[in-house]
Amino acid sequence: MLTRDAPEVVAVRDVAVALGGRPVLRGIDLAVHEGEFVALMGANGSGKSTLVRAMTGLRPLVSGSVALFGTDLAAYRDWKRIGFVPQRASAASGVPASVYEVVASGRLTRRRPLRPLGRADKAAIRAALEVVGLGDRLRDGVTALSGGQQQRVLIARALAGEPDLLFLDEPTAGVDLPNQEALADALRVLKERGATVVLVAHELGALAPLVGRAVVMRDGRIAYDGAPLADDTVHHPLFLESHSHHHAEPPHRDRAPQVSGPLDGSAP
Amino acid sequence: MNILTYDFMIRALVAAVFTGLAAPAVGTYLVQRRLALMGDGIGHVAVTGVALGLITGASPTWTAVAVAILGAVLIEVIRNQGRANGDVALALLFYGGIAGGVFIIGLAGQSAAQLQAYLFGSITTTSVSDVWVTILLALVVVTLCVGLLPQLFAVAQDEEFAAVAGLRVRSYNLLIAVLAAVTVTVAMRTVGLLLVSALMVVPVATAQQVTRSFRSTLGLAMLLGVVASIGGLVVSALASYRFSVAPGPTIVLLALAGFALTWPIGAAVRRRQRLAEPFVPEPPLGHEVTDTHPHVHGPDCGHVAVTHGDHVDYVHGGHRHAPHGEHYDEH
Repeated sequence: MLTRDAPEVVAVRDVAVALGGRPVLRGIDLAVHEGEFVALMGANGSGKSTLVRAMTGLRPLVSGSVALFGTDLAAYRDWKRIGFVPQRASAASGVPASVYEVVASGRLTRRRPLRPLGRADKAAIRAALEVVGLGDRLRDGVTALSGGQQQRVLIARALAGEPDLLFLDEPTAGVDLPNQEALADALRVLKERGATVVLVAHELGALAPLVGRAVVMRDGRIAYDGAPLADDTVHHPLFLESHSHHHAEPPHRDRAPQVSGPLDGSAP
Repeated sequence: MNILTYDFMIRALVAAVFTGLAAPAVGTYLVQRRLALMGDGIGHVAVTGVALGLITGASPTWTAVAVAILGAVLIEVIRNQGRANGDVALALLFYGGIAGGVFIIGLAGQSAAQLQAYLFGSITTTSVSDVWVTILLALVVVTLCVGLLPQLFAVAQDEEFAAVAGLRVRSYNLLIAVLAAVTVTVAMRTVGLLLVSALMVVPVATAQQVTRSFRSTLGLAMLLGVVASIGGLVVSALASYRFSVAPGPTIVLLALAGFALTWPIGAAVRRRQRLAEPFVPEPPLGHEVTDTHPHVHGPDCGHVAVTHGDHVDYVHGGHRHAPHGEHYDEH
């Protein structure tokens, strides 16, 4: 593939990650090159979100190394080149916030504390909102938007920082088709600008035409890395998923009340 | 001579203004993190600090600041460790704080009545140096809360995003915890440790009934905090000719009255917005004419008008009536 000659933007070498002492990712090797559009796929619990969190420094590594733009993650400080869309159902919090304010957070990678928004900041915020098709909603409270529109606000927030590398964690989960298409349009703009995109998705939906490479995770390891797969191939038994569209059985609970000490953290 | 011109009353008014500014400023960030009760918890822990001050002869304000900061940092660390049972851990800390305070007072051979001034406030007995400490601490709190708004907002809104944006999430979380602790001790003399959380949270709850952005919520909450503080103090001072009314509870009741007045407005506005939300711009399944319809719908006809694609539907007893030539269609 042409982009394989481009410089490595993300370099993951022999990475292992554990959550609460349990090994989740083992022996992950992955290189993403400049300009690539990579979809990280796999069943629930396969470790695809954990891998993105490891790549952004949100999850500590047990072993191995991650480098962004050639710099080891531990020493990496050039956060303005990175955009991140975490997996969130909503952009709301306990206090009202306007669409503009949420998107303005994306400029913090380029702003110094105690300085007001500059002209370049304001232009980037408006441009990001235009790209996701919410240019007319900037004064509205985020709670007034639908779930799909809130997801687009979170993407605009990442775009406002004008990143060269964008990580998205399940941006299409629970988003209807028109919103998925608006999302795909926004990512197409970014791709045409030459940005690198790493996307975690259970199903690609409207984003499928953009994807240049698929990486499929299976039980914490990379099971497939190559040309994009049709949506139904991902349900192949190799990837530990029947064609169920995850109507998973709720976990069985016994009738005893669940008692645990207040300090036994159960960080997700 | 008017009671409001006495020196102690002027000192009390100045302290009330600054407390009213600082408490809702921090409170907005606590509410945003859905930690509205954290101020209450820190207040409980600060009781132990006050007791330590009374027993050792040190200034109860500064021992309270120290213990409150310690407690706030501990709360923050517990919150960081594990989310599932964090609230139980906080409860343990709260009750430990208040029980420890009362216990230590007892050890000192003093009655719990000594604590009364700190539990429910005694703004009219503030000394000149108390007022200066209040002004100084409140200014620090307000400056940081307003100056670092973009950073604190981003961290409270989405910690993971903020971390990947290169913000020091843990430092900002600790900063909010420390500011909350400082505010609790600032407000201790005004409304008292048991009511301090009300002055941090109630103005924010009132403000967000009518605001849509974070900045306007913060600003309005601070304004409401000042109005409630001054108002409560003045009301209790004027009432003091005939009754013995403590300023702290009066301030809190006034703030709550503000919420009670604003909430119906906010609820009505939200309901109207929900009703006016445009319908899915899909055409109806077929052409279905309503039965004879003597009423003429229009912009002022009283029925809710909702945008539906290129026209307006009038909501009418569970139906959606769209004008079509001489008649109305069911949409």
